[in-house]
Amino acid sequence: MRDMRDMRGRQRWLLWGAYAAVLLAAPLLFPQAAALSILSQMGTAMVFALSYNMLLGQGGMLSFGHAVYSGLGAYVAIHALNLATAGSLPLPVSLVPLAGGLGGLFFGIVFGYLSTRKAGTGFAMITLGMVELVFASALMFPGFFGGEGGVSGNRVFGAPFLGISFGPQIEVYYLIAAWLFICTAAMYAFTRTPLGRILNAVRDNPERAEFIGYDPRRVRYLTLVLSAFFAGVSGGLAALNFEIVSAENVGAARSAGVLLASFIGGIGHFFGPLLGAIAGVFLTVVLSAWTKAWQLYLGAVFMLMVMFAPGGLAGMLLGLLGLLRQGWRGGIAACAVMLAWLACLGAAALLAFAGVALLVEMLYQRSLESADGSAVRLFGMTLDTVAVAPWLLALAAMAAGSGAFLQLRRAFLVRWQAPAGAQEECA
Amino acid sequence: MEFTLITLLNGLSYGLLLFMLSAGLTLIFSMMGVLNFAHASFYMLGAYFAYAISSRIGYWPALFIAPLLTGLLGALVERHALRAVRRHGHLGELLFTFGLSFLLVELVQLVWGRAPVPYPVPAALDRPLFTLYSTTFPAYRGFMMLVALLMLLAIYLLLRKTRIGLVIQAALTHPHMVEALGHDVPRVSMLVFGGGCALAGLAGVIGGNAFVTEPAMAAALGSIIFVVVVVGGLGSLAGAFIASLMIGVLQTFSVTLDFSLLGLLGAFGVEATPALAQQRLLNLSIAQLAPILPYLLLVLVLLLRPRGLLGVREG
Repeated sequence: MRDMRDMRGRQRWLLWGAYAAVLLAAPLLFPQAAALSILSQMGTAMVFALSYNMLLGQGGMLSFGHAVYSGLGAYVAIHALNLATAGSLPLPVSLVPLAGGLGGLFFGIVFGYLSTRKAGTGFAMITLGMVELVFASALMFPGFFGGEGGVSGNRVFGAPFLGISFGPQIEVYYLIAAWLFICTAAMYAFTRTPLGRILNAVRDNPERAEFIGYDPRRVRYLTLVLSAFFAGVSGGLAALNFEIVSAENVGAARSAGVLLASFIGGIGHFFGPLLGAIAGVFLTVVLSAWTKAWQLYLGAVFMLMVMFAPGGLAGMLLGLLGLLRQGWRGGIAACAVMLAWLACLGAAALLAFAGVALLVEMLYQRSLESADGSAVRLFGMTLDTVAVAPWLLALAAMAAGSGAFLQLRRAFLVRWQAPAGAQEECA
Repeated sequence: MEFTLITLLNGLSYGLLLFMLSAGLTLIFSMMGVLNFAHASFYMLGAYFAYAISSRIGYWPALFIAPLLTGLLGALVERHALRAVRRHGHLGELLFTFGLSFLLVELVQLVWGRAPVPYPVPAALDRPLFTLYSTTFPAYRGFMMLVALLMLLAIYLLLRKTRIGLVIQAALTHPHMVEALGHDVPRVSMLVFGGGCALAGLAGVIGGNAFVTEPAMAAALGSIIFVVVVVGGLGSLAGAFIASLMIGVLQTFSVTLDFSLLGLLGAFGVEATPALAQQRLLNLSIAQLAPILPYLLLVLVLLLRPRGLLGVREG
């Protein structure tokens, strides 16, 4: 038992060490300017998604307005930055995110008092109303919010400290990475505190939690305030990264984005939102540069996840790991069979996806881009949307791929669940 | 007086449209315990279907076919997707409809483009209904109110006076008992979901040409109808009715009023000093505040009466 705990502890150190190493090494692997900017965005999104999962994953509170806290935190941060630039606030650039966090904390205290009065659907509805309220006010008070143009700042001021001026993107990246690591550790520590544990209890069974003497509303309120603090930190990081904060930072689209990202990553596991933030930034930044239909793909991926993989990417990853471990016990051959099955499934899914993508891109070309002619370039081919053949090709790929996927999936699930069932029988 | 009456009529017709939307939403919520996030998207689909149909075979057939199509689509969504997600609990259903709202607006853009489509009011109704003092009231607004009231009557009769309504009502409160009595509860929920979507579609047919048919129309109304159902009390049809009329009238009046707090203070004899006149908050007119009034109302109602106006259960 004791050995086991030691091993667990060592594994944990290894995991956190690897996390830090990945954060340190990422810019070395992707040194291009565009990649660096995307990595910085991923870092802020990761803090944001983790803070969101404190509510949704750990507390069962579905919020449609989390961007209110990160956005208002970003505004506080950029005003603090501007005050510091003007010399009226002695605040180093590296601590500007803390100002954002305090801003988020303050608005969490104010708005959370109202929204946490209810749980479940009521909470979701109030947060929805609040995000509209704040967004509309942002356009109403241009003094603080800067109207349509937003508030801009300059992160480079004063003499460089130890040669760090925060002018180059790489220095901003490492600042974000440092804050990300600290925030991840802090939020992980939160899940181990009594409050974090009771929060899980409140999520699973509020009546019982109340019966043993905890006020569910108070637990939800405290969690929301803490989560708003971390959301504010991510807002402060975003403000430093872009040097501008506009009303869309508090808007409903941003709130929806963090919900989609966290869920796609997997809200049931602590590290799920980290994966989700990476996927989310990739989908919104990279995919939107490739195709105009990116929101369609994002929505479709999200719906498929809700239907078929409610554990998200994290759940899929852990399932794969468990599968490999199980296969390993049955020998290398069994493992290879499992991997072959997965490869077939992946190939079928890819074929179906290629068909759908072809269809969607051609439809977009016809309805929205018809001024640019009828040809569309995809997967290295040039297709004419006026001809019949490309449409048939797309439909055939879609039908064959999805048909094969559904058939394979059924057979695969039988195999996957068989060993687990056998184990249960043994136990 | 003239202004008040006309604005009141406009507000009531807008409120009745909101009620058509929130009625379907409320029915679905009380039946399945899940708020359909894509409800306003079905409203948008109704409008686009009506546009497509009416430009080919005329408005009157569209008035019947478009809601049917929307309802059919809703029933299909419930049968083939929502029912599968249900195992994972309400959160899964809510998130599914949330994703669906993303998908539907993109699909609509894919088929009909991003610009508003020309979906006109039918010629027979494109005339003034009556003239009040010197302002005319359009016949189509009257038609809107008539349809909404007929719909209200139909829902009432269906739920209260027919056998199907009896089964639906029983299935809302005691699904297991109803199932034991031999009724197919999953099919009842499919019918209710499809019916709710059909109501949203009908609202789209009526509202699409009274306002504008464009891809942004779902987002514009989406959060307002949630305010309506929360203010009215989750799951209460009567509450939704009162709340939609209230919000309709409130919004219509507020956009036309040009008073500000400063003006109000002036009316009470407070001298407008330069320092006071600089205050941004005091200078905001009610018209400028109009977009946030429903949400302020939401916060106020939740503070004073967390269940909503006529809500029976805690949310």
